[in-house]
Amino acid sequence: MAEVSALLRERKCSSLELVQELIAVIRKNDSQIGAFVSLDEEYALAQARRADELRRKGTELPLLGVPLAVKDLINVQGQTCTCASRILSGYVAPYDATVIARLRREGAVFLGRTNMDEFAMGASTENSAYKITRNPWNRDYVPGGSSGGSAAAVAADETIAALGSDTGGSVRQPASFCGCVGLKPSYGRVSRYGLTAFASSLDQIGPMTKCVRDAAILLKTIAGHDERDSTSAKITVPDYESGLRTDLKGLKIGLPKEYFIDGMDAEVEKCVRAAVAECERLGAAIVDVNLPMTPHAVAVYYIIACAEASANLARFDGVRYGCRAKNADDPYEMYCRTRAEGFGAEVKRRIILGTYVLSSGYYDAYYLRAQKVRTLIRRDFERVFAEECDVLLAPVAPAPAYKIGEKIEDPLQMYLGDIFTIPANLAGICALSVPCGFTAQNLPVGLQILGPAFREDVLLRAGYAYEQAAQWHLRRPDVKK
Amino acid sequence: MKFLATIGLEVHVQLLTRTKMFCACKTDYGAGENTQVCPVCLGYPGALPVINEEAVRLTVLTGLMLGSKINRFSKFDRKNYFYPDMPKNYQISQYDCPFCVGGAVEITCGEKVKKVSLTRIHLEEDVGKNMHIGELSSVDFNRAGHPLMEVVTEPDMASPEEAFAFLLALKQILNYGLVSRCNLEEGNVRCDINCSIRPEGRERLGVKTEIKNLNTFKGVFQALNYEIARQTEVLNSGGMITQETRRWDSERGVTESMRSKEEAHDYRYFPDPDLLPVLLSREQIQLWEKDIPELPRQRCARLARQYAIPEYDAKVLSADKDLADFFEKAAGLSVNPKAVSNFVMTEMLRLLAEKEMEIKDAQITPQSLAELVKLADEGKINSNSAKQIFAALFEKGGAPGRLMEAMGLVQVSDAGEIEDFVRKAMESNPKSVSDYRAGKEAALKYLVGQVMRLSRGKANPQMARELLKQKLG
Ligand SMILES: [Zn+2]
Repeated sequence: MAEVSALLRERKCSSLELVQELIAVIRKNDSQIGAFVSLDEEYALAQARRADELRRKGTELPLLGVPLAVKDLINVQGQTCTCASRILSGYVAPYDATVIARLRREGAVFLGRTNMDEFAMGASTENSAYKITRNPWNRDYVPGGSSGGSAAAVAADETIAALGSDTGGSVRQPASFCGCVGLKPSYGRVSRYGLTAFASSLDQIGPMTKCVRDAAILLKTIAGHDERDSTSAKITVPDYESGLRTDLKGLKIGLPKEYFIDGMDAEVEKCVRAAVAECERLGAAIVDVNLPMTPHAVAVYYIIACAEASANLARFDGVRYGCRAKNADDPYEMYCRTRAEGFGAEVKRRIILGTYVLSSGYYDAYYLRAQKVRTLIRRDFERVFAEECDVLLAPVAPAPAYKIGEKIEDPLQMYLGDIFTIPANLAGICALSVPCGFTAQNLPVGLQILGPAFREDVLLRAGYAYEQAAQWHLRRPDVKK
Repeated sequence: MKFLATIGLEVHVQLLTRTKMFCACKTDYGAGENTQVCPVCLGYPGALPVINEEAVRLTVLTGLMLGSKINRFSKFDRKNYFYPDMPKNYQISQYDCPFCVGGAVEITCGEKVKKVSLTRIHLEEDVGKNMHIGELSSVDFNRAGHPLMEVVTEPDMASPEEAFAFLLALKQILNYGLVSRCNLEEGNVRCDINCSIRPEGRERLGVKTEIKNLNTFKGVFQALNYEIARQTEVLNSGGMITQETRRWDSERGVTESMRSKEEAHDYRYFPDPDLLPVLLSREQIQLWEKDIPELPRQRCARLARQYAIPEYDAKVLSADKDLADFFEKAAGLSVNPKAVSNFVMTEMLRLLAEKEMEIKDAQITPQSLAELVKLADEGKINSNSAKQIFAALFEKGGAPGRLMEAMGLVQVSDAGEIEDFVRKAMESNPKSVSDYRAGKEAALKYLVGQVMRLSRGKANPQMARELLKQKLG
């Protein structure tokens, strides 16, 4: 992105040329990859022309004319926002999400909408109502999810960068599977206004980029308090880009025992261990730490996330927007049929689960207890960050990308794939995924760096030092294959 | 068998805020359908609520006025149910941490004064409004998201009269605190009733029914009367009361059972993750405490004391904040507060009722009323003329002195002029003259009346009476 900005600034190319070129790439490759769920070429070209026009008039903005892709659950005024669900087919957002407004203000151009698991529920982007997205490194494999479309678009060079959202790992895991950089900011760092909610207390919008510097630039633009989101924090946003360094001197890195478990893929472990060694070489001190509540994270997550989703998704009833079932006799029948026809199986499964854990008689046993355990998980992190280390290193997922269709019939196995990403969402801390190697089958592996809440600066610094030393981010997939 | 009734109320009050509970949309009444809406109050994907602090202040102020305990930790919860007029299909309300707990409203019912205890006062968002036009149903979401305060009482009322008195007293207090306009026509106050009966002498409460969504105080009174009679009849004929939700049909004057489909609700409350808990500092609450106004009862006592007016006058005046404010301004400018009170209580209230107006719409000012009282006290006009001038002031405003002259109502106090009228009256009523002289006192009154008639109301009646007595001697 920095290079693209420079090219644009030095008038070596125009935004229009850039967007035209990306559209050509998308036309050529995306029938194979399926990263985009909708592409409004006219809209993208018009914005690019406008950016060029502004530049001609002397306007200089950090992202002026830079094309970005946006996950299909972040509202962009005038664009469809389907959340990859039938229930929102044809729904056009009437307003800009705060992150979009901020990027627009800096001159960014919005290319199109990227595919995802329906309502961000899933880890493989196979749960979209519209299409399956394939991993650019090997099209038989999933790109991860739920922000699989954004990750694939970045990896396949169909966009300069993209926005995803991370509720339980939905930015980091696809970034890891597709070999790009994915950042889940701390809860409250980025406004959720205009992000179609899956689980309000866990969701956070994050950048998905080709390198750490780009993530720093995008985060700086979208972060900060928003009076329209009361959960967004009033904490100063540092200049992440200027804080980047190429060494790790003085940094204390913790290796959580619970994140290096039996049954994790040997190649993944090898890559991550090698990355740890590289960080040590760059000057970091490595310590072993414990996060004993980790084994409970998946159970806690699925209770809280589903409970919140069951309420958040209640508004999709066919009354005001989206699709509506025909010929119903009364409102109740209309709701029932609209929702039966509009939602996919995974979404229904989670709504039912969420409804169940909140119902009277079960609330205390499930929801309330989950909230208590969530507090303990957060305290685990608070303790290690206060007493033992500055950041934690861990795998992003226990295994690399798997084959399309391999886990789709086994939701529980799929849920367990989120075991290393979920705790950060429950604790509200920030976490970054950086490429750290490839398997024998040439599938990318991601390194996860976790840091204390609102210390994205430390994460990005660590990620950048490692990335610059390891250079994995420069490897590109051969999309023609 | 004689039965005792037990009544509890849940009163929903629309707060007097400029904007909605969780967004910046206006709360003006009577705007075109769906003109005061935005992504937030329409529950659009991605839109998030932000708490209206003024609504919180008004709710806490209400609690302070009613002696509630204010919870310094409070939060909003989601109450989940599907309904066409509820945009998100959950309502943001308060479940286990409302802003106010306890408190009471003192009511007077006949001679009896009693306290109705409150369970809690919480804040929530209003829903939209379904409209049915023939076959077509549509929804107006202007009301959706309007701040709604819910005052929940203990089952402390024993009769429809007490329930009615409670609502009036609550309305007065809310008016005083500028918490709500409490305009029933605009749906500012809506009410759910819980009602049960039990045989006299038995402690345990009977099975209660709930009557939903009453929007007039009269409706509450009538529905309760009907429901108590209905339950009495059921029990007297050996039947059982079923716990159920009923609806008041004001056309037919009956309560009727609502579909059981709407009964079995599990609202699945849980803390709204889009909103942080509300933490009120002691300083904040102390600051709001300063906004507590003098309440109707206190004002009643003070008016009686300060202006030396009868208890009855003070009560009528203090029942309405605007009326009391008007009275106090006028009385403060006058040496005769009782006369001011008389005007306000009789002429003012009569005209307001006749023309269905509010005080602020009347043209008369406290200054002009004080002046009018002065004119009467100085004998420049008699009481009849004063009433005519009052009506004119009410309608068009102006200066009483000038009006008095323009309307030709200056009182005739010139003895010579009045003597002429007296002579004429005696000449044309010889029978009354002889009656009086024969000892019939009443005839004098008739003759005074004749003098007033001849003078077209302008004669000073005192002087007319004196002169007549002299002449009839
Ligand atoms: Zn609104």
